[in-house]
Amino acid sequence: MAGAIPSVWPCPPSSFGFPDQSPVFGQQLHESDTLVRPKRFVAESLTMDTLLQQLVNGLTLGAVYALVALGYTMVYGIIGLINFAHGEVVMIGTMVAFTVIVSLAGSGMPPLLILTIGLLIAVVACMVLGWGLERVAYRPLRHAPRLTPLITAIGMSIVLQNVAMIIWGRNYITFPPMIDKRIYEVGGASFTNVQVAIVVLAALVMIGLTYLVQRTRMGMAMRATAQNQHVALLMGVDIDRVIAMAFIIGSALGALAGCMVGSYYEIAHYQMGFMLGLKAFTAAVLGGIGNMAGAMAGGLLLGIIEALGAGYIGDLTGNFLGSHYQDIFAFMVLIIVLMFRPSGLFGERTGDRA
Amino acid sequence: MKHAHIPGVLMALAASVAMIGCGKKEEPKAAAPAPAPAAAPAPAPKPEVVVKIGHVAPLTGPIAHLGKDNENGARLAVDDANAKKLEIDGKIVKFELLGEDDQADPKTGTVVAQKLVDAKVAGVVGHLNSGTTIPASAIYNQAGLPQISPSATNPKYTQQGFNTTFRVMANDIQQGSVVGTYAVKDMGAKKVAIIDDRTAYGQGLADEVEKAAKAAGATIVAREFTTDKATDFKAILTKIKAKNPDVIFLGGMDAVGGPMLKQIKELGIKAKFTTGDGGCSPELIKLAGAASEGVICTQAGLPVDKLPNGQKFVEDFTKKYGQIQIYSPYSYDAVMVLVDAMKRANSVDPVKYLPEVGKTAYDGVTGKIEFDDKGDIKNGAITVFVIQDGKLVTLKSEGGTAAAAPEAKK
Amino acid sequence: MTGESRRSPRGLRQWLGLLLLVGVLLAVPFVAALGGQAWVRIANFAILYVFLALGLNIVVGYAGLLDLGYVAFYAVGAYCYALLASPHFGIHLPFWVILPFGAALACLFGVLLGAPTLKLRGDYLAIVTLGFGEIIRIFMNNLNAPINITNGAQGITLIDPIRIGEFSFAKTSTLFGISLSGPQKYYFLLVALAALVIVINIRLQNSRIGRAWQAIREDEVAAKACGINTRNIKLLAFAMGASFGGIAGGVFAAMQGFVSPESFSLMESITILAMVVLGGMGHIPGVILGAVLLTGLPEALRYGIEPVQKAVFGRMIIDPESLRMLVFGLALVLVMRFRPAGLWPSSLRRRELSEVTD
Repeated sequence: MAGAIPSVWPCPPSSFGFPDQSPVFGQQLHESDTLVRPKRFVAESLTMDTLLQQLVNGLTLGAVYALVALGYTMVYGIIGLINFAHGEVVMIGTMVAFTVIVSLAGSGMPPLLILTIGLLIAVVACMVLGWGLERVAYRPLRHAPRLTPLITAIGMSIVLQNVAMIIWGRNYITFPPMIDKRIYEVGGASFTNVQVAIVVLAALVMIGLTYLVQRTRMGMAMRATAQNQHVALLMGVDIDRVIAMAFIIGSALGALAGCMVGSYYEIAHYQMGFMLGLKAFTAAVLGGIGNMAGAMAGGLLLGIIEALGAGYIGDLTGNFLGSHYQDIFAFMVLIIVLMFRPSGLFGERTGDRA
Repeated sequence: MKHAHIPGVLMALAASVAMIGCGKKEEPKAAAPAPAPAAAPAPAPKPEVVVKIGHVAPLTGPIAHLGKDNENGARLAVDDANAKKLEIDGKIVKFELLGEDDQADPKTGTVVAQKLVDAKVAGVVGHLNSGTTIPASAIYNQAGLPQISPSATNPKYTQQGFNTTFRVMANDIQQGSVVGTYAVKDMGAKKVAIIDDRTAYGQGLADEVEKAAKAAGATIVAREFTTDKATDFKAILTKIKAKNPDVIFLGGMDAVGGPMLKQIKELGIKAKFTTGDGGCSPELIKLAGAASEGVICTQAGLPVDKLPNGQKFVEDFTKKYGQIQIYSPYSYDAVMVLVDAMKRANSVDPVKYLPEVGKTAYDGVTGKIEFDDKGDIKNGAITVFVIQDGKLVTLKSEGGTAAAAPEAKK
Repeated sequence: MTGESRRSPRGLRQWLGLLLLVGVLLAVPFVAALGGQAWVRIANFAILYVFLALGLNIVVGYAGLLDLGYVAFYAVGAYCYALLASPHFGIHLPFWVILPFGAALACLFGVLLGAPTLKLRGDYLAIVTLGFGEIIRIFMNNLNAPINITNGAQGITLIDPIRIGEFSFAKTSTLFGISLSGPQKYYFLLVALAALVIVINIRLQNSRIGRAWQAIREDEVAAKACGINTRNIKLLAFAMGASFGGIAGGVFAAMQGFVSPESFSLMESITILAMVVLGGMGHIPGVILGAVLLTGLPEALRYGIEPVQKAVFGRMIIDPESLRMLVFGLALVLVMRFRPAGLWPSSLRRRELSEVTD
């Protein structure tokens, strides 16, 4: 019967004027301690350091979303397919890196080298996987009805999950921390060197990718294919190669994101790809699916929306919409954005793909 | 491909459905004529009788690791019971476990429940989630089969007016009040933050902890939520940090607790961390690493090291299946309770031994098991642990009868 | 039964076929019961999914609007039944009041979803509907505070079964000398409902509205230019599809006696969509086939994998549960690979496909 009794929130404000505020366990006084005065909730958590901390949280999360979203968007931009199995590619990347790292852990190599090897092998494995997916599952369907490859993608997602379950087992896996975690504090916000590495690496990858797409011949071929496959073909672009490349690059980014997720949260599971993929897909659409800059912006934006949403909306609505609605905020923002900009924030008019 | 074909194909389709139905007919060992509640195996000339016990848990999907753990616990119990060569009603009983996968899906839960009833099992251990346990319980009840859940904590499960529903796990109310009171009275917390994972389990437990902590005089400074699939908790933890609580309680599983503990450390939160049985496992220590030091958590039942059976269970289980996740000791006990009731009733017929299940007084690996009139475990013991040097160390036990001298059994 | 059947004379063969179909449908619950009541339950879920898939078929198959949140309407119908026929609020209305009400409520939600998404096309619509499905589920999961409406994750128990006077669908009873178990009774109810929805689907398909939907599916701009009020017609598709989902939800709640948010996950929406596409979008017999196959396959695999593995390898190599979903996923991929338009596409669609091969 326990759950049936409604718990009334928020708790009475009087409790905040509790006279004896001596922290029992935390010896160190926090800045927020000095703010203990009878006041409204909003003021309580709207301090600058909290806001900064939430932005840092959102930025890290957003960087990961952005990398995964790029994988969706590269494929979508070129062949208009929602690759539902992309989340699973990320998961396989994490799992492969995990296996490599664990098997090298006793070899006496420096941890950073092990991590790099693990990452490289994961990237290569995912490139092969992405290429294989395209070759085996999607290429034969290139001229099939629009929803056919979508169902194939869902099928592949189920297959990959279950293969991973058979290989790596059902239990949660601890992703071995290879970087000695250091915690920094700047302006009241604390973050770790892993977070810095994630954001920096993500930024580098995005710059590299932008260069690839804007400046290289391959990138030009990709853009041409995205614009118009037939014309690109007439101009001598090897469409098959370009599409395969989109999958390969997208998967490599996925593997990278997977390793980041692994080292950040230090946990891996064969089901981890699903939610991550879903969020990243949302991010890609938010930015305008098919658009690289959109995916990056959408990812970062989604990460920050989630952090701020969980952090503040509850207080702003008197805890009616608390953090239990965290996953909704992203969708709400998405729906509102799409109502005013039906092709996402950065989307071009690709609407006729329907 | 003209219209005339259509009825034909549909017919073939229907026929194939029917065929699948027929093909299954071989499954029950003897096609019993009436769909009556699992009939007792007829007296065979041989002095051996096979008794099937059903077990249901999700073996695929996000919590498959817990499902497999439950099933392994039940499997070990069946092996142990068989090793004893029990004699019931003049026959040697050979137990057989029928393990099914309900995918944590209520719909699939009812299908497999019916499948077990069709297979004429003598009793059922399961399911894992409340969401599948409750709809399935109506089917077992109609068939008159005792059902013992090792892990469904939703109080409604035993409040449906069925005489066939039992659970060997303390429900949320008992556990929540121990954790909540302990946090305030023993740990001296004045400000408590509560997080739950919005599952039936996490929500129920967190609500009880909240009530208990308030009753003991603490203030709930934050009530935050996450999901059982989330790995990033920094947003809610940052919010909690601003409220500066003394204790954080998590109503959720170890897969949530592990990463959460690490993030608590990264954010420099000084509050103590407490959690219920879902996070009170070696798995939490594995997932959180050093961040799990000092975590206070509770488990239903008495500490394993205080119980002679318990230690043996841990050894046997680890040898056979590896790490215990959470509920396998309970599913082990659940099977043993069924076996024990059969022994006392001197019958493997559910009609005859069902009343005996209610009268259980069994020393299990999780403590003494007795049921109240609803089928809930009576005065279930709750043990408080602290994690020290990567091990669960007993702090104290509340409630429950300590494993007394072996009681008189027939 | 389909569009082209109108053009051909209804021969004796067709009537015989229909009669045979009715006979087979009547026989199914009794034949299936020989293999155990579990098969009757599986058959029930199969028909429930036929119902759902046909509802989604209106939105996806006819109007070409990719909806990944269809389960939201199913949830609305189920919760509507659960709240109005359980001790949760102490209200016990009869089913013939609740089912239409649930359908109407789901219909309203359909319009609510449809209205802001009218401008969206294709995959943008897909993600918004997906979000809508999740929003509904998350609300169901959390509306236990501050006022307890849905009882949160713990769900609602002890929901009344469908009852006509003293004749309850939950118990075994004897009717005209035939013993009918609970699942068997639900079977007949579901078949009757499914027949109704099939008739409505056929009528819609050949109606003005049906043709307007198809016009929108093929080219929205052209449809608009032809004077079709695309806004209303699209909203109608959402509303119709949603009300079928609502009825299915109500029956589901009554049949299960329990609802909780975990029954309405995203995976459920995806499964229903897979049924529509796998069977043959926009083609009623195809959609029925897809629903029956995708419900039956995982269950059949439950029985099949163990013996097959033993026969092939002589022992169990991988435990059957791990393989079951793997085989299911592979089946999706393979069917789509070799029958890209679905297992049983309409001949119209097939012609379109063979013409447009670029």
